[in-house]
Amino acid sequence: MYEFAYHKPSSVADAVKLLSADPEARPIAGGHTLLPALKHRLARPTALVDLSGIAELRGIRREGDKVVIGALARHAEVANSDAVKGAIPALARLAGTIGDVQVRNRGTLGGSVANNDPAADYPAAVLGLGATVVTDRRRIAADDFFTGMFSTALEPGELLVAIEFPIPEKAGYAKMKNPASRYVMTGAFVSRGPQGVRVAINGAGPCVFRQREMEAALAANWSPDAVANIRQSPDGLNSDIHGSAEYRAHLVTVMAKRAVADAG
Amino acid sequence: MAQPPPQRSPRRREDARFLAGRARFLADAEVPPGCLHAHLVRSPHAHARIRDIAAGAARAAPGVAAVLTGADLAADGLAPLPCAVALPEAARLVVPPRHALARDRVRHVGEPVAVVLADSPAAARDAAERVAVAYEPLPAVVDARAALAPGAPPLHEEAPGNLAFAFEKGDRAATEAAIAAAAHVVALEVANQRVHAAPLEPRGALACFDAASGRFRLLLSGQGLHAIRAQLAAVFGLPEERFHLVAPDVGGGFGLKNPLFPEYVLALWAARRLGRPVRWLAEPSEEFAAAVHARDAHAAVRLALDAEGRFLALEVAFTAGMGAYLSAGGPGSTTNAAAAAFGGVYAIPTGVLRARGAFTNTAPIEAYRGAGKPEINYAIERAVEEAARRLGMDPLALRRRNMIGAAAGAGGFPHRTALGTTVDGGRFAANLEAAERRADRAGFAARRADSARRGRLRGLGLACFLETARGAPNEWAAVRFAPDGGVELAVGTQSNGQGHETSFAQVAADRLGLPVEAFRLVQADTDAVRYGNGHGGARSLHLGGAALVEAIGAVLAKARVLAAHLLQADPAELAFAAGRFVVPGSGREVALRALARAAADPAGLPDGLAPGLAAEAMHRSDRVTFPNGCHAAEVEVDPETGVVTLLRYLAVDDYGRLVNPLLVRGQVQGGLAQGIGQALCEAIAYEAESGQLLTGSPLDYALPRAADLPPFEVVLDEGAPTAANPLGVKGCGQAGAIAAPPTVMAAVLDALAPLGVTRLDMPATPERVWRAIRAARGG
Ligand SMILES: Cc1cc2nc3c(=O)[nH]c(=O)nc-3n(C[C@H](O)[C@H](O)[C@H](O)COP(=O)(O)OP(=O)(O)OC[C@H]3O[C@@H](n4cnc5c(N)ncnc54)[C@H](O)[C@@H]3O)c2cc1C
Repeated sequence: MYEFAYHKPSSVADAVKLLSADPEARPIAGGHTLLPALKHRLARPTALVDLSGIAELRGIRREGDKVVIGALARHAEVANSDAVKGAIPALARLAGTIGDVQVRNRGTLGGSVANNDPAADYPAAVLGLGATVVTDRRRIAADDFFTGMFSTALEPGELLVAIEFPIPEKAGYAKMKNPASRYVMTGAFVSRGPQGVRVAINGAGPCVFRQREMEAALAANWSPDAVANIRQSPDGLNSDIHGSAEYRAHLVTVMAKRAVADAG
Repeated sequence: MAQPPPQRSPRRREDARFLAGRARFLADAEVPPGCLHAHLVRSPHAHARIRDIAAGAARAAPGVAAVLTGADLAADGLAPLPCAVALPEAARLVVPPRHALARDRVRHVGEPVAVVLADSPAAARDAAERVAVAYEPLPAVVDARAALAPGAPPLHEEAPGNLAFAFEKGDRAATEAAIAAAAHVVALEVANQRVHAAPLEPRGALACFDAASGRFRLLLSGQGLHAIRAQLAAVFGLPEERFHLVAPDVGGGFGLKNPLFPEYVLALWAARRLGRPVRWLAEPSEEFAAAVHARDAHAAVRLALDAEGRFLALEVAFTAGMGAYLSAGGPGSTTNAAAAAFGGVYAIPTGVLRARGAFTNTAPIEAYRGAGKPEINYAIERAVEEAARRLGMDPLALRRRNMIGAAAGAGGFPHRTALGTTVDGGRFAANLEAAERRADRAGFAARRADSARRGRLRGLGLACFLETARGAPNEWAAVRFAPDGGVELAVGTQSNGQGHETSFAQVAADRLGLPVEAFRLVQADTDAVRYGNGHGGARSLHLGGAALVEAIGAVLAKARVLAAHLLQADPAELAFAAGRFVVPGSGREVALRALARAAADPAGLPDGLAPGLAAEAMHRSDRVTFPNGCHAAEVEVDPETGVVTLLRYLAVDDYGRLVNPLLVRGQVQGGLAQGIGQALCEAIAYEAESGQLLTGSPLDYALPRAADLPPFEVVLDEGAPTAANPLGVKGCGQAGAIAAPPTVMAAVLDALAPLGVTRLDMPATPERVWRAIRAARGG
């Protein structure tokens, strides 16, 4: 770890002020991604802005036809929330499969979504449900939020405050884990509801993406069989020692099929 | 008062400290005042010439005491690290110089190039980033067979063609003749991939030099301290006596912590040069790149059978990666160790083992749990399975027909194998019979059909194993009644998690009639333990236990003389039971503890008896023990994803007589987890062209986790105690890691057999299994 300054603001406004004043400062939430990066000297922020004292970033609530989850909600809180379990059980289940107990008790929704790791779980739900990302200054549709590998539409110094998830009629998630890291090798989050039919694929590519051909097939016939014969092209997919692009492409179909089965 | 009968499986005494977080590992040791912290500058290249090392900026950095390079090491005249393994002359073992810091060339990613010593770990690390090394990259080779092929990039001038050794044992001509004449010859190639032992606690060292006495003290997370001391003495050109090595609690080793490492040399050297203690703790990523790896052995196997399926001859030819340099125990696995267990549990009249070692641009290879026995057993068991398939025979029937000690003409015990090992006995056939029954082979068809209804492929695999356990043949032990009433048991073996504080105390309690709590185990301290060969080769109770039994005998002999003196009786008429010497029928008796007190006072001793109640013994055994067993695994394969789920694992094992069955189970379970890891997920991967390590942390190196493993059923058969040691015990520490790979792979191949898959290499990862299925389906 290199040296850095430490701040602990108690409001979003103060946090944004700190972050805007210093382009090399970084917010820290659960720290389960950022701290290992610091320890391995892969990141060298001048300052850390600890979000944990900001009450505005907490809370999980149902608001009409949406579930609103604060950026600081921990994975375990989402997994165990009655509001989430009642309205979007697939999202609660997804949260309950992230990492291990320690990770779920520290890692946050905001941290995961802001980080946009291609192998993370939440981005699939955000895109697969057509959620809206609320920041300190604007609202960003999921379709516009995830812009590439570890990159998002967030501007420097912009804070993710909450995510609004529209409540679907049906939603399901299936993933295959990387045998070593146990992050997502390939996953599919599917839903049908106010945002139409959505199929979001994570793990397979450099960034979570929608599988439009499968969405069309499911719109016509909501059943695992509808996607069973739709092939994903391996072009542009990730490839590593645990899964070639070809294998991941194959898994896209398998996971989509299983996600639809999971949705019921 | 008589002692209550000893418990067979008392809980591990050391666990009170381990489970409550009170163990003292290296990182817990107090950092002495003035201590420097070492950080290594390591090669980012697999193979490169070092053009220049610019260390000025690092030397000027805050808190830095020194930055040392290979040139400094050369100037101080330190010798290269030795390789302790003795191969037969004919194998022409080449030991190229391995300096603790690279001189002109680096040969694997992670090789130490410079060491920074600073007031804090952070300062050392900061400064290490300022050391600018100019490299001229060279072509690299990471695969052993590629390294031996013509035109491969050469690593060492001393080793033309990158050949480290060419070993051969057995009767090649007779084997060739038998193969040529056989009704059936099964040929196959199988591989034990390169793996990492991954102990939870990384290596580390705390080094001090006392200028007044000229002695070094090294606290290290190591196993086998006396051997490391001997290697250090060679590097420094000093007598062994100048080095005092101590290991605190060690969080696992599995062989990885056997050898001398460059970092230990550097810590001691820097401590002497700078006159300050030096501390070095490896980071987990350094362990993956720059400790040692294991296995990395490809085998070409030929098994000749007659028309009835009787084995006639076996040929195994290993090509083994050694890494860039020879680590102390690296060359022994595919050679001496594999030769000892050649043929496994089967009677094979003739055979030949060949092994070629290759230098590659990778981390050095070292012994790891089983060391050679996993490689040879895997080769044999896979060959047997393949033979059964080709001949259309039941694999268990084929095993029965050829098993040592089986009725069908194969001969009984003792059995001399084709390569000259004499196997004293074992429950080979009984293990197989029990495993078949307990695995409910008869009910498997129904279970397979049930899986099929759920779209899954089910497989059941059984495999046998033969371990040859001993390691180094000499061991030392001492029993010392301390004046404070405690009894020290000093042994030259070393526990780094196995539970010796319990098992050795049990052995002593049993013979001395004192409670287990009376004993303190002294180990892993080269001043307190005169001689030792540490652990390695599942040898501790076999040899350390035997030495301890001898020392106990000697201490009792002395106690008897003293007791006779005090009781005014003839030594021969005294009876010893429950910790006391008794003059039968007289009511006169004296307890061992009272004798210990009496022995402390020279005034009350009979003539010729030295004060103190203590004895030691040096034990040598040319006998090996032969742990053996039959294991069964049941798996389910998801044909869509290739994911293998291990549903059930059963071990039926013969470890002779058991001192503590609970400890034995623990050892078997740990070995199984590592063996299953090798079968299903673990593999060190280097990028072929660049020689970059692709599995530098657990994020990329797939270790098995508790949730991946079913409860293990371990059945222990005590029906064949060995006469190789007075306890009747056979080594149980490595067996799981030997048996699990062939067992699990047999199960996976059985699951895939209906699709026509006949070949699959470890690890059976999802993508590999999926590809095998797809290839078999012609897709
Ligand atoms: C062992 C292990 C296993 C894991 N397994 C999984 C897994 O299976 N699936 C999975 O999805 N994840 C996994 N994770 C990642 C885990 O979920 C992380 O906690 C999560 O990705 C990041 O959340 P965090 O709160 O820890 O973020 P931090 O580490 O604090 O921050 C991550 C990044 O987001 C930024 N950030 C944080 N909060 C905000 C905000 N409100 N606004 C703007 N930027 C912000 C930070 O500056 C930083 O760049 C694992 C982590 C570990 C250590």
